[in-house]
Amino acid sequence: MRRKDVLDLDDFTADELREVLETTAAMKEVLARPIRRVPPLRGKTIVNCFYEASTRTRVSFELAAKNLSADVVNITASGSSVEKGETLVDTTRTLQALGADMVVMRHGASGAPYLVARELEASVINAGDGWHAHPTQALLDLFTVQSRLGSVEGRRIAIIGDILHSRVARSATWGFATLGANVVLCAPPTLLPIGFADAVHTGLRAKGIATACPVTVTHDLGEALRDADVIMALRVQRERMDTGLLPSLREYAREWGITRERIAQARFGAIVMHPGPMNEGVEISPEVAYGPQSVIEAQVTNGVAVRMAIMYLLAGGRAGPAV
Amino acid sequence: MDLRNPPEASRDDVLEKLILDADGLRRALTRIAHEILERNGGPHDLILVGMRSRGAPLAHRLSSLISQFEGTAVPVGELDITMFRDDLELRPTRPAIQPTVIPRDLTGTTVVLVDDVLYTGRTVRAAMDALLSFGRARQIQLAVIVDRGHRELPIRADYVGKNLPTARHEQVEVRLREVDGTDEVVLLGQLRSGTNHA
Repeated sequence: MRRKDVLDLDDFTADELREVLETTAAMKEVLARPIRRVPPLRGKTIVNCFYEASTRTRVSFELAAKNLSADVVNITASGSSVEKGETLVDTTRTLQALGADMVVMRHGASGAPYLVARELEASVINAGDGWHAHPTQALLDLFTVQSRLGSVEGRRIAIIGDILHSRVARSATWGFATLGANVVLCAPPTLLPIGFADAVHTGLRAKGIATACPVTVTHDLGEALRDADVIMALRVQRERMDTGLLPSLREYAREWGITRERIAQARFGAIVMHPGPMNEGVEISPEVAYGPQSVIEAQVTNGVAVRMAIMYLLAGGRAGPAV
Repeated sequence: MDLRNPPEASRDDVLEKLILDADGLRRALTRIAHEILERNGGPHDLILVGMRSRGAPLAHRLSSLISQFEGTAVPVGELDITMFRDDLELRPTRPAIQPTVIPRDLTGTTVVLVDDVLYTGRTVRAAMDALLSFGRARQIQLAVIVDRGHRELPIRADYVGKNLPTARHEQVEVRLREVDGTDEVVLLGQLRSGTNHA
């Protein structure tokens, strides 16, 4: 894999995705060793630049970097010069001057990491930008499905929730569709994406991938769940009630919540995923979240391994022709 | 087998010399298995760790030879040292990592590292660093099929199939039926121009 940045999965080929998944398996083995440390990023500095709050993602990146023997610096928006009005570009130029080798960025504005990637020589990993993309989450979802079900190709993946505002759903759709899975996006009518499925089809054709299974979009939960191998529940954000897109959490839970009755409508042995943090009792019932079909804990473990894989693959030397 | 560059001496510019045939390789492995048992007073607390990629099938062969001689199964591990290499920065892309399987904690065991060719010694250095992640071994020994000289680090083998002086531009290939379809050790060197090739 020869690339400078990981900003979204829309420009990943199927081979690149497979390379990441294979490397992730190797990193997962490293995490099982008595000493979980390997040296490929020794002497490298990785800066976590989080303009949006996050605990699990930031810690996951930090652990991944440290397991690869890198030095880690954490920047959060509060308590930094951002409060003094420093612009994004100025902040990143400062990071470059300080010798950052890699920047992991989460930002509220879609596209922010792309601007930073253009300005920096260092590699940029998108840890979530606005509603747009969250590529490392999608990669760990791909890895989790592959580990648990043995394959991604041909699987039916039902993503349920606020698709319109979900960067997780978008990146997951790109990733799963590129590897030949059948993706169904299901949301209340007010929260369905607009034009996204078409964009994915166009993008897949441009990558030379003939889609046997186009991405489908529906507000019919029963149809989405039928024959699903994977049920991915997305977090409901309270802001959606404030803006009138959802009437109440109780109605959402009743109509869209992933409960034991709902998962019974899917294929036998289907797995249940959630990017976290969960609103138990709203988009997912506790008995499903902690039940035998849930792989939510595995997702978190796999997240560290996937981020190690990405950092390892990106930090390839800048030397000339292949040795 | 790499079909773009068939191993038979039909390449125009490379001369291939047979160093060990299948029997020669078998005898060398048999002797090494006996030497390992002799040196360590038996198969106890021993583990054979093959370095990816050709060290792994060699380690398995040594283990089954020891089984034949002593009736005891010596555990075998497989180690990928890619992430411990000292030349990762010099490559434009990352090499693929193959699986590492170490079947037990190495604390208190005698580890015999197994590889096909010992050259600069850097691969063995990387392997020893990797092994530290799996416990504190009592001893680490090294078994190789060919020692071709030109060490760049203070590293030496305990068990050697064949000592083979080589020039730097030459290459030693240990071919194994598990990987290459045949058992042999060959020396590959450049022909001087104007020489008829075999």
